[in-house]
Amino acid sequence: MNDLRDLYQEVILDHNKRPRNFRIIPQPTHQANGINPLCGDRISVYLDIEDEVIRDISFQGAGCAISSASASLMTEALKGKPVAEIEHLFEAFHDVVTTECECPKGLGKLSVLAGVRDYPSRVKCATLAWHAVRAALEARKEAVATE
Amino acid sequence: MNDMSALHSRTPAISPPLGELDIARIRADFPILRQQVHGKPLVYLDNAASVQKPKAVIDAISECYTGYYANIHRGVHLLSERSTAAYEGAREKVRAFLNAASVQEIIFTRSTTESINLVASSFGGRVVKAGDEIVITGMEHHSNIVPWQLLCERTGAALKVVPFTDAGELMLEEYERLLDSGRVKLVAFVHLSNALGTLNPAKQMIGLAHARGIPVLVDGAQSVPHLAVDVQELDCEFYAFSAHKIYGPSGAGVLYGKKALLEAMPPYQGGGDMISLVTFEKTEYAELPNKFEAGTPNIAGVIGLGAALDWLNAIGLDRVAAYEHALLEYATARVNEIPGLKIMGTAHNKAALIAFTLQGIHPHDIGTILDREGVAVRAGHHCAQPVMQHYGVPATARASFAVYNTRDEVDVLVAALWKVKEMFEL
Repeated sequence: MNDLRDLYQEVILDHNKRPRNFRIIPQPTHQANGINPLCGDRISVYLDIEDEVIRDISFQGAGCAISSASASLMTEALKGKPVAEIEHLFEAFHDVVTTECECPKGLGKLSVLAGVRDYPSRVKCATLAWHAVRAALEARKEAVATE
Repeated sequence: MNDMSALHSRTPAISPPLGELDIARIRADFPILRQQVHGKPLVYLDNAASVQKPKAVIDAISECYTGYYANIHRGVHLLSERSTAAYEGAREKVRAFLNAASVQEIIFTRSTTESINLVASSFGGRVVKAGDEIVITGMEHHSNIVPWQLLCERTGAALKVVPFTDAGELMLEEYERLLDSGRVKLVAFVHLSNALGTLNPAKQMIGLAHARGIPVLVDGAQSVPHLAVDVQELDCEFYAFSAHKIYGPSGAGVLYGKKALLEAMPPYQGGGDMISLVTFEKTEYAELPNKFEAGTPNIAGVIGLGAALDWLNAIGLDRVAAYEHALLEYATARVNEIPGLKIMGTAHNKAALIAFTLQGIHPHDIGTILDREGVAVRAGHHCAQPVMQHYGVPATARASFAVYNTRDEVDVLVAALWKVKEMFEL
């Protein structure tokens, strides 16, 4: 059971049971859905970006403990951050859940998901919300380009 | 008598002595089952996804490649003759297994999916026109939904869906109502649901369609390893299944079709092996079954399927069905001990498969934790998303049994499920 506890750490179980920022932002500046084709899990992320800073971020949906906790932790990590930092954080987070790297500094609580690296089939669960945020931002870029 | 009562008549009234089948000996036929995963003995309960292979099947494939492999139907040399004889021998084994009238009615494909696509394209493309209807059920695998949707898109026909109850049983009065539209050109339904375990009343449903002159395709992917199928008794027009779910290799499938229909149908794919004469002006197609077997087939895979049927026949499907039914009753009672566990699919006629949810715990997490206990189950939508939508869940966990599974393994599953609950208690 010990190795399973590395995956299902208390922080993860807590965020799964009581997800933070689990709500809809009524008029988000950015929104996208993330779908895990393996299981059909679906989450929606909502962002309110002003002056290139994430003023508010939230999510909704149904997923496993890993995807729900990861989404919840992500919203906590990204709130108040400059948009420019998102991609860097995602890359650092991706490394943590896929490789045996030393956990980069600055990831904070996100590093509790490091146990996922021993469960390759669950990496997609851990990164689903991040992919959704990336999609939301890319949609903005297109929208910006057409304006 | 319908096929449901046939299954029941095989089921002993009292809890039977499981020793009637020598399960230890059966298990010994499966080399893969002797391993440990994550330091625990493997408990393989993902048989509805794909079943493991007995040594007889592995050996038959190995013997083909080491002893006599060559391409079939063309060589004058000895190896080609031997390969052809083994391949066509497997066709006769499938014919006998399904009790088809002729080997010409047995088409080898890649899979159940390809068999259904063959019918949708070749038969459906000829028969179905704009304004027509195709009837399927709400508990189909995606492979018996999407080919018909594609056909409907091509032709302008409409797909009609027979609903099912919360217990997982088809609403037959709704089925009849749909059949009565006068526009239905084809019925396609699953014999045994991979997501619910429901054994549908195939003979009755085929009879209701035939009473209105409507041909029927039965998706038998899940049913053939669990109950004896007689296509002449069922009287269906088409019956499809895959080798890999009946102890054979992946990459080989079967389509049974009534000869008169197959003869009237155009080829599905063009290529070698399906022709009798090719000129640039015109091609004459080969006789059945070759007309539908373009290209070099999965020779060793089909031979492996033949070996799998021999292996299963030696045990006897009646005994397999009785054993698995007793195992299902035991497993159902045991998992129901777990608070918060809900079984999806509680049909009266059911095969050895339990799809379930645990309150507050996602099936993927169940699957990961069970895996660390050595227990392999499926977690997800089982390629039957409409079934998930019926119950309002994104996914279920599913334990599906084969003849080599035991009560002890059910106990391991139940103990592991308690660990899942323990892990998620905060």
